[in-house]
Amino acid sequence: MTDATAPLELKEQPGGRVRFYGIWLIAAVALIVLPLVFSSGGSLTSFSLIGIAIIFALSYNILLGQTGLLSFGHAVHYGLGGFLAVHVMNAVANYNWPLPLPFIPLFGGIGGLAFAIVFGWVMTKRAGTVFAMITLGIGELVASSSLILRSVFGGESGITTDRTALPHMFGWSFGPQRQVYYLIAFWVMVSAIAMYALTRTPLGRLCNAVRDNPERVEFIGYDPHVVRYFAYGFAGFFAGVAGGLTAINFEIANSAYLGATQSGFVLFAAFIGGTAYFFGPILGAILVTYLQLGLTDLTTVWQLYFGIIFIGIVMFAPGGIAGLLMMHRPLVRAGSLATVIPSYLVAALPTLAFALGVILSIETVAHYTDSEGEGSVVHLVGIPFDAVKPTTWLAAAVLVVVGFVIARLTWRRVTEAWDRAATIARDRGYLA
Amino acid sequence: MTAAIEIKDVQKRFGNVSIIRDLNLNVARGERHAIIGPNGAGKSTTFNLISGHIKPSGGEIRLNGDVISGLRPFEINRRGLSRSFQVTNVFARMTVLENVRCAVLWATGHRYAFWKNVDRLPVVKQRTERILEDIHLSHRRDVPAGLLTYAEQRELEIGITIAGGANVIMLDEPTAGMSHAETERAVTLIRRLTEGRTLVIVEHDMSVVFGIADRISVLVYGQIIASGTPEEIRGNRKVREAYLGEEGH
Repeated sequence: MTDATAPLELKEQPGGRVRFYGIWLIAAVALIVLPLVFSSGGSLTSFSLIGIAIIFALSYNILLGQTGLLSFGHAVHYGLGGFLAVHVMNAVANYNWPLPLPFIPLFGGIGGLAFAIVFGWVMTKRAGTVFAMITLGIGELVASSSLILRSVFGGESGITTDRTALPHMFGWSFGPQRQVYYLIAFWVMVSAIAMYALTRTPLGRLCNAVRDNPERVEFIGYDPHVVRYFAYGFAGFFAGVAGGLTAINFEIANSAYLGATQSGFVLFAAFIGGTAYFFGPILGAILVTYLQLGLTDLTTVWQLYFGIIFIGIVMFAPGGIAGLLMMHRPLVRAGSLATVIPSYLVAALPTLAFALGVILSIETVAHYTDSEGEGSVVHLVGIPFDAVKPTTWLAAAVLVVVGFVIARLTWRRVTEAWDRAATIARDRGYLA
Repeated sequence: MTAAIEIKDVQKRFGNVSIIRDLNLNVARGERHAIIGPNGAGKSTTFNLISGHIKPSGGEIRLNGDVISGLRPFEINRRGLSRSFQVTNVFARMTVLENVRCAVLWATGHRYAFWKNVDRLPVVKQRTERILEDIHLSHRRDVPAGLLTYAEQRELEIGITIAGGANVIMLDEPTAGMSHAETERAVTLIRRLTEGRTLVIVEHDMSVVFGIADRISVLVYGQIIASGTPEEIRGNRKVREAYLGEEGH
């Protein structure tokens, strides 16, 4: 299983170019069609947030996945981008500048980039733990300054703006959420293409080299510090674009944008999605935003589930969702995927029972201890459980214990089936 | 003619311990120069000093006449000196092709370019292809370097070292850990690839040293005790006592 987690860059197949442009085209069409299929206000809001999260997570992966820089303060760029965007929007409205709303995210990007240019040189001097600690410190510093410098950051309440006060474009006022969604979708496409293109430039490849082995980079003529500085600048720019879009979306920028929670969110999204592949953070951003929106409605302890998911991914799938998906690619090519599928299906049932047991335990405890909550009844898959009844505790315990014991047996069979399938793929030359 | 490498009274101390004491060494242009010596003599330290990996505590190192001591490794590399490492030091998660290509980019003038598509640089492509063929890894181009066999990684290491077109090549034990057949292959490869360039090599395998080198320097306890042609070194009494005798030659 060792090579299953290592990213394998595989041979380009014939027709690769058609497929390559096809993927981008499909993505663009999907972005256009999405609000036509799901047109409720709620889903438009969700899509807008997901779009912003995609740009933010991709920008973070320029650091983490591509250059090997672990940042705990990426939201600084996001937040500063948001604040600059709000100030520019207000200035445009006040002085009647002929600058339509769709250009505002560019100023968000400039805000994020400016901070990276000024502070990045010192910050990127070292990688690893030193860099991580500095980003943590800078993140706290900026977040706390934002509460002190009231004229710029607006204190606790933040700074508000009115996106419809800017000059209209194509007759769009950008008042309705649908128009804002399309503005965001446009910037998602542009940013994603730009960030993907960046990975295919000499600088992008050197970022990978610095990630893998900064010492060796020095002996092929490059200064790893300069490479890191460039990467930091690009990451800061696109984070700022995401921040600018958030400012447009909510018509406000406040200190929460800059804080550790936001920095944690983007690290979380990128990691869960998988940092070894370009599209990983996209999946992560979609999933994490969706979970955040969905879980907050369902349960009061949603952060606990986030923690469990994160620990699970770190321990069992360090390549993230993208890593899990891509490890099946050689099997698909070799035609041995059918060997593992039945074992997955067999494993799914007890694993689900185990998961339900864990959820029931958590919810029972949460409802039992939370006296001011909405009562002691837990609804799980349509069944009401009363948290004060011992039968509920017993059911949870049975699900956890029995589910886990049976699940472990089936997981072993998954591993065996996987080894068989991988051997076939290796024999047929699709797996190194 | 100025020497390719000129080392004058170079010292290196780590705390109170002197690893290199008044090292003096000249390598002429186009020469294949081997540095031999017992374990702990300071061969790798000498390499690290020349390539800028560590800074000398005193003395002066010149490359083609210019002082390079105190410069950073990438500055020295840009002046035309490239080195390999004793412990394989490649970009493990990147493919073989990417490894070589990254080593070609600075020399072909692309620097930190973020506006060029790296797949559409004809000169880079051409040079990368040629080096892949030279090191016999064309068929493995899409395999991540970390998954290569040991011998293949050693060949890639040499490929990365020569890819920038440096005129001074330094190889640190290029055949360490190789089988007899692999060593022979590597020697042929090194000879061919360093044709017309200056080569400095550290090696333990005496058949490799005597097979490649025009001149040999013997380093013992941080000092060069003898320097000369292979025949001179073979006949040198001091060398036999200090080094070759121990190894049973």
